[in-house]
Amino acid sequence: MEPRFADVAGVRTSLHDVGYLADDGIAGVVYLADRLQKPVLVEGPAGTGKTQLAKSVAEMSGARLIRLQCYEGLDESKALYEWNYKKQLLRIQAERGNDVAWDEIEDNIFSDEFLLTRPLLEAIRADEPVVLLIDEVDRVEVETEALLLEILSDYQVSIPELGTVEATQIPLVFLTSNNTRELSEALKRRCLYLHVDYPDMDREKQIVLRKVEGITDSLADQIARVVRSIRQIELKKAPSVSETLDWARTLVLLGVEHIEADTAIETVNILLKYRTDIERAIKEFSANGDAFAPANV
Amino acid sequence: MTVTDSPLLELLTGFISELRAAGLPVSLTENLDAMEAVTHIPLEDRDAFKYALGATLVKNHAHWRAFETVFEVYFSLRGREYDLVDGDWDADGLADDDERDADGQGEGHGEGRGGGGGDGLSPEELAELLYQSLLRGDQTMMRAIARQAVKRFAGMEPGRPVGGTYYLYRTLRNLDLDGVLERLMQQTRQESPDPLTSFEERLEQDEFETRIDKLKKEIEAEIRRHLVADRGVEAMAKTLRKPLPEDVDFMHATREEMLSLRKAIQPLTRKLAVRLARKRRHGRKGALDFRNTVRHSLSYGGVPAEPKFKYPRPSKPEIMVIADISGSVAAFARFTLHLVYALSGQFSKVRSFVFIDGLDEVTSYFDGVEDITEAVHRVNTEADVVWVDGHSDYGHALEVFWERYGRDVNAKSTVMILGDARNNYHASQAWIIKEIEQRARHVHWLNPEPRSYWDTGDSIVGEYGIHCDGVWEVRNLRQLEKFVETLV
Repeated sequence: MEPRFADVAGVRTSLHDVGYLADDGIAGVVYLADRLQKPVLVEGPAGTGKTQLAKSVAEMSGARLIRLQCYEGLDESKALYEWNYKKQLLRIQAERGNDVAWDEIEDNIFSDEFLLTRPLLEAIRADEPVVLLIDEVDRVEVETEALLLEILSDYQVSIPELGTVEATQIPLVFLTSNNTRELSEALKRRCLYLHVDYPDMDREKQIVLRKVEGITDSLADQIARVVRSIRQIELKKAPSVSETLDWARTLVLLGVEHIEADTAIETVNILLKYRTDIERAIKEFSANGDAFAPANV
Repeated sequence: MTVTDSPLLELLTGFISELRAAGLPVSLTENLDAMEAVTHIPLEDRDAFKYALGATLVKNHAHWRAFETVFEVYFSLRGREYDLVDGDWDADGLADDDERDADGQGEGHGEGRGGGGGDGLSPEELAELLYQSLLRGDQTMMRAIARQAVKRFAGMEPGRPVGGTYYLYRTLRNLDLDGVLERLMQQTRQESPDPLTSFEERLEQDEFETRIDKLKKEIEAEIRRHLVADRGVEAMAKTLRKPLPEDVDFMHATREEMLSLRKAIQPLTRKLAVRLARKRRHGRKGALDFRNTVRHSLSYGGVPAEPKFKYPRPSKPEIMVIADISGSVAAFARFTLHLVYALSGQFSKVRSFVFIDGLDEVTSYFDGVEDITEAVHRVNTEADVVWVDGHSDYGHALEVFWERYGRDVNAKSTVMILGDARNNYHASQAWIIKEIEQRARHVHWLNPEPRSYWDTGDSIVGEYGIHCDGVWEVRNLRQLEKFVETLV
């Protein structure tokens, strides 16, 4: 099978072209995932672009994106495949008048025609290149995780009545997790691991510049600086990239060119969602100069 | 390209066994993946190499730091210029002088040896260069200065059995980074046309601090390189080996480890809460409801075909935490209180008491508080826990508890006592624990000391322990997590 990407730098520029600013780590892991034909487990705080990464990779490589959203109670029939039993019943009834042997009917009704494919099977059976996104995999129970193991390591699905369906092409698989629970060793072992953290200041500035229309370079710079300072405060939930972008858009709409303490305090509720967090940030930024100046030297 | 039969293979094998020694669970498959991964990337690209190893070997972000340290040791830049037994290093005598007069800003270090860049600079010039590079955020310059600073100030000697921290301290003391930061801020204030608002000042300061942090990292890396060149990879990896956050001992954590512990506790509680809530929802079925089953059997002609179960009513325990917050075990008490309150949804009621030699109820500190960290902090500063001299007196503390709150202990309560039971040879009053045990549902004793220290010296945990349902050794987050899970 032909590798999709030539080198790490190539991955990085292509991602950049579709509007995803990857750092070296991200680009490197995507590149390796393709070369080693292994799934990528993407972990990190909410709102750092984990899902977006899979989408962007699909876009840049021109592959179809197939998405499986995980939730508690997800089972085989929602993730892998299901027999279309209504259609099977119809077939049995239709055959009743004719003189057909039961074995034949049985063979008939457990064939491709009566199989409803769900995302995982679909990703494997597709002829064109596919990016499979298994979103928020930490939401399924530990037992359900086992469903994924066969497809992740061997790219195949075993259907008892039909045999093993093997992949026609190896899909690029991304699993995302918000780390609400420890994933099983078996799953982790089969994946490459990528931790996506909040971007550093320069990258965040570039993201803001790229995603927010009509923003000036100096405003983006200030935004990135303020957000970095806020992330240094001990908070319940630090602002995510998407919240930074929302804030940037708000400031552009308000026609702000230079962020003053007042502006920051008035709009900080876009960045922070907990009352205690907001209070703390306001305390840090409020006009009372000596509240913080020498404290952290 | 393969890695077999190459020095790289050998290096990787050593690297991976060191990772395992540091506590990272690296499986055989992952090992093979790593070997394959490095064949796909250009070896001269050090960053890509690092990410390739990281993605295949480290599957938990909390382990990343440990991985990075080992990586730095095994794959650091090497070469003659880092050898300590080189001519460059006979500046040691001067460095030792400098150790004696602590405030010496490195006078006499000027006469640089060898032809390396910047060796001919006077200390003042070096300081000026440092200041300029930080002001402009010039990375290359900072790296060069880090190299110079280590060479001049660290006073590294071959074979000297001291850790990197010692050299780091000596280097940083001579650079006076706090002073530099002050100067940088002065400069920014002067340059700005209007006086800086405190908000702007804060942002500027954060920027400079980030740069200084980078410089410190450079210096650290430089020292490490020299040490690796001097002592060899394996020995160095061993000295740098640090426990993973979940294995850090509460009682002997350094300040830095404390910080990482505090960061680790938040996700831990969240994970634990999710897991416990799930456990409560699933898995438990009520007992067989005999009457209901018989009633339903009528529709099957008297055959109990469909067993009916009682509605599950998992009982939520009422928790009473009694915590020793004297110096030696304060950190442990803090983490346990934090965890218990973070999970308070799993309990019908949580009451907490803290003591040293007196005892005080602190439940109200946690009432309607969103931020547990702050409440725990208040407990440590405001609670009235000193009775005579502020040395642990379990006996008296228990007496006070029994006298004031003993009647509140009932069949629903689970009592947790946190402490090392080092009683300073006071009376133990173990009968109180016995009384409590008879009234309460469970009594657990959590001891942050290693089991081998129990009942040595003034520790009387055994005396209390015989009346408890369980005495647990809880020295790190892993053990704490395990205990809390059995509690619910």
